[in-house]
Amino acid sequence: MCIRFLLLFSRQGKLRLQKWFTAISEREKKKIIRDMTTMVLARQPRTCNFLHWKDLKIIYKRYASLYFCLAIENQENELIALEVIHRYVELLDKYFGNVCELDIIFNFEKAYFILDEFLIGGEIQETSKQIVNRAIEASDMLQETMEEYMSKPAF
Amino acid sequence: MKELMVRAIYCEMLGYEASFSYIHAIKLAQQGTALEKRVGYLAVSLFLNESHELLLLLVNTVLKDLQSTNLIEVCMALTVVSQMFPKDMIPAILPLVEEKLNHPKEIIRRKAVLALYKFYLIAPNQVQHIHNKFRKALCDKDPGVMTASLHIYLQMIQENPEGYKDLTTSFVTILKQVVGGKLPMDFNYHSVPAPWLQIQLLRILLFCSTIFLCRDVAALCIHCYCIQPLSSFPAILYESAKCIGNFVLSLKINLKYLGLKALTYVVQQHPKLALQHQMTIIECLDHPDLIIKRETLELLFRITNAQNVSVIVEKMLDPFLKIMLCCCIIYTLFIVLILFSYEEYTYAPDNEWFIETMSTVFSVGGDMMQPDIPNSFLKLLSEGFDSVEEDRKLRLFAVDSYVSLLQGEPGKLPQRFLQVISWVLGEYSYLREELEAATVLRLLAKLLDMKSTSSETKSWVLMAMTKLCEGGAGVSVTQEVCETYGSSLDTVLRQRAQELQHLSQDCELRARVLPRGAGLEPLEVDSSLSFLDGFVSEALAAGAAPYKAPHQRQEELAQAKALSLEPYGLSLPISMSSCSIADRQSPTLLSVSSGLSTTLKLDGVKRVWGREGYLSEREPVEESAHVEVPSPLQSPSQQGEADSSQSQTLTPIPTPQPEQEKQQLASSLFVGLGSQSSVCLMGKSESTTQRFRRKAKDLAVSSLEQTSQLSQGPAAANGICDVELTGSDMSETSPTLIRDNGVVAADPAPHEDPDKLKDLCLRTHLPAEFSGLCHSEITPLCTNQTLDFSACHLQKEDSLALVVFIYNSSDSDIQEILLELDSDELEVSCVCDSPVQEARSHSVAVCQYSLTVKRPSVHVEVVGTASYQFPAGTPHSAQFSYKLPLTSFIRPLTVSTEEYGAMWLDFSHDTKQKLTLISDGQEPLTDTLNVLKKKLQLHVVEIIGMEGIVACRLLRDQPCLMHCRLHAGTLSVWLRSPVPDLPDCLMYHCQRALQEH
Repeated sequence: MCIRFLLLFSRQGKLRLQKWFTAISEREKKKIIRDMTTMVLARQPRTCNFLHWKDLKIIYKRYASLYFCLAIENQENELIALEVIHRYVELLDKYFGNVCELDIIFNFEKAYFILDEFLIGGEIQETSKQIVNRAIEASDMLQETMEEYMSKPAF
Repeated sequence: MKELMVRAIYCEMLGYEASFSYIHAIKLAQQGTALEKRVGYLAVSLFLNESHELLLLLVNTVLKDLQSTNLIEVCMALTVVSQMFPKDMIPAILPLVEEKLNHPKEIIRRKAVLALYKFYLIAPNQVQHIHNKFRKALCDKDPGVMTASLHIYLQMIQENPEGYKDLTTSFVTILKQVVGGKLPMDFNYHSVPAPWLQIQLLRILLFCSTIFLCRDVAALCIHCYCIQPLSSFPAILYESAKCIGNFVLSLKINLKYLGLKALTYVVQQHPKLALQHQMTIIECLDHPDLIIKRETLELLFRITNAQNVSVIVEKMLDPFLKIMLCCCIIYTLFIVLILFSYEEYTYAPDNEWFIETMSTVFSVGGDMMQPDIPNSFLKLLSEGFDSVEEDRKLRLFAVDSYVSLLQGEPGKLPQRFLQVISWVLGEYSYLREELEAATVLRLLAKLLDMKSTSSETKSWVLMAMTKLCEGGAGVSVTQEVCETYGSSLDTVLRQRAQELQHLSQDCELRARVLPRGAGLEPLEVDSSLSFLDGFVSEALAAGAAPYKAPHQRQEELAQAKALSLEPYGLSLPISMSSCSIADRQSPTLLSVSSGLSTTLKLDGVKRVWGREGYLSEREPVEESAHVEVPSPLQSPSQQGEADSSQSQTLTPIPTPQPEQEKQQLASSLFVGLGSQSSVCLMGKSESTTQRFRRKAKDLAVSSLEQTSQLSQGPAAANGICDVELTGSDMSETSPTLIRDNGVVAADPAPHEDPDKLKDLCLRTHLPAEFSGLCHSEITPLCTNQTLDFSACHLQKEDSLALVVFIYNSSDSDIQEILLELDSDELEVSCVCDSPVQEARSHSVAVCQYSLTVKRPSVHVEVVGTASYQFPAGTPHSAQFSYKLPLTSFIRPLTVSTEEYGAMWLDFSHDTKQKLTLISDGQEPLTDTLNVLKKKLQLHVVEIIGMEGIVACRLLRDQPCLMHCRLHAGTLSVWLRSPVPDLPDCLMYHCQRALQEH
């Protein structure tokens, strides 16, 4: 499963999260983001979730007001990619508990951490929900204890 | 800091540049405590990419964290490593990552495997030795680690399917376990056991090409929507076709899409399978979703055969009109199909159908079409098929239909189609005898007048007209067209117009140049460029470096850049400190330390670019060059001078500087080229211009070439004429040019004379205040029927004066000549009372400008536009450009050594380089500096032993200081100036001056 990039954007086309798995220049990125938002937002309801763009397949799915948009190489299986999106949403949901767009806006570094545990370098790293969550919680725990420790007066 | 970094990430996401925070991200990852480190690593992975230079700074942090006892830190380090890591640094951390494969924690093992996968992708040969460990990972008791190792195996098996045959059984066992639900429950995805893992395994098995997959696997494939691998196993195709049918019929849109896709795969092998779904497919064609439509078209494309081609094409063309944009890829396929089917000649219905379909395709597809489609269509037309009669009919029909198209509304047709039409008409309209060439010409001329026609199309049209204009057909039309485009600003168009003009007048020439039906004869192209051999050997003899292929240059560059993995030794700190000492000091005081730094630098450079390596490559070539050139002893400039005195182009008044002689020579050569070689259009003069093009990289040459090919005399040469005044470029090419001209034009003298006379007469028009100053050669800039523009420049103390002469060669006075000069690099101010001039018949008007430098550049250029009006009233304009080297603006700067020392410290822009030394005399340093002084007008302040200090200024108040030191047979030059770019430009000219010497 070779994923090129993952974009999250709102219905207004505002970018909420971006992850690039290949080296792309800033200008190119901006162009891709613009293309993606215009293409995906222009889709009618009840059309299929796949698009072709250049030599890539674009898989998108809408959850409430948020679009998840994933680009994979042409020979990849688009349905399994659709399930990747869904699994990511499930992970977010489990972590935040009934996730909404605001959760991602205000804790977007957390969303990135979850993504890093799920996908890495364009490949799926771990598909088990439990394991991903355990890893995230472990690092969060460390972070919290450290924060507590640091905030204590040193006497 | 952590919060700030998060905000920086957010800013970057919103599209604002936050590159200033990159370094802080790295610092945060390096220095922060665990919680900050995490954000730091995240920021690094989002900001940077593999090739980013700052990533090197992260290597040490990663190394440290990999050795940490804290699991989380190790995890973070591995995460960042498996996302991006500089390729050159892999060996540094590879042992540590390998070690992690045996870590007790499965999450670490998994991340280590993924990191190794990443390494495998970017540098496969560096992880060659750990293949055994991958096997261990495959048998790991944790399914996560096993899954991760599959990524590597998929990659490796793709590259070498044979090598991993023995693993096939393990993969099948794993797959059976997964399907059998042996994995822990939390790997289930909506009650399907680990679908991603299954797909991965299936893909691997696909590459292993094992046919012994059992039935339940097939069912599974469909179950998890994996049809692509399936379609290659014919045994289960029929069964799957049934399921696919259900997919296509499905109401769920994604399943429908998939069904179509699957069907496309399946019908490639068994077209009959599509039969039972005919109606569904037809329905899908009318589906509102474009993507579905597109897939259907692709499916149709696959099942095209002799019987149904015309129906399918019809069906395809119809939706095209609506969904052009989304169908680009399939569209191309489709056109190729049409072309192909016609070529086969078995299933194209008939000629009319073919031409009409192609017309529709062109007019619908328009300019989005790839350019090779019209090309292959034209190729098809011109090459034809076995039957001559059929070809004739096809072409005839094409001509007929295109003529009727042009008679309709050609404005709506896309440019590509117009190009095709004009080519076909130009080539084949003679086939239709009752069609008069003049009619076609008129139609084509109408195309030229349309506003929407692009200049590329116009040149196609002009080409077609050239082919058509035989036997005085449509003289009036061609004349008119020639006049309009003969003075066009587009050089290609102008060339075409000139060709049209000349070829329409000269029937014999036309028959030779454009024989009818020439498309069939293959053109002979001298791909070895042997006609350039002479030129190359001469250039080599004159000291040019031999040509290196781009990849060779790249290699050398890569070698020079190759990164050393050795730990930092002592050499770096020393050179750093000495550089920092030397940096701000006067070089005369601290030459020891600066010497140290240059020696150190030299060591690094020498390995690749040093004498031995470079020369070993160069010598053999030079030797061969010596064999070819009869008198290698004579230097090219001497040769040039000798030749030029033969061809009598030098002006009688002696010019004091040798460079100016060269400039004169160069410019007079250009004039000669413009006026002489018109005699022979296709023969020798072509090779002259070819050589020219190689040397002078300016666009100007193409326009010169054009004038040289087509003009019949100086008066007819019409348009822009760029003159480059760099002496060296011209002096290198001059010998060949003169020789060739000697061959081409048997007697150049009569042509030269008027030029010389004109030059003399212009000289007398120089303004009185300049009479004492030496001026450059008067260079013709631009010539047309009525006005001749020429110019020269004079060096004044604080500026450069540019004098433009306008000579009116017509019989009527021309008033209100508005001359506007502009330049990117220069300030141009007019010295005359008004920019408007008046040129009486057969007399000269003079405009005078003063130039100062705005921004230094190696060559500066003044672009001028003259607009004027005939008494009759038609407005005309002419354009020209005048190029001059920066050296014309350099003046000596007289300072004392003390002043020099004080100034040196104040200047901020500098550049350093090693130059070749002139070493034929006793004192190489003095000799070299004298050459520079003479050629570039520098002031030598003082020479102290092995060092010399030199000063100059750019016009009035922009000084530039130069410090030279003899070192190991070369001259290390250090230039400093308060003006940016000036040191670089001056360095270039110093280099040139010494090379020319």
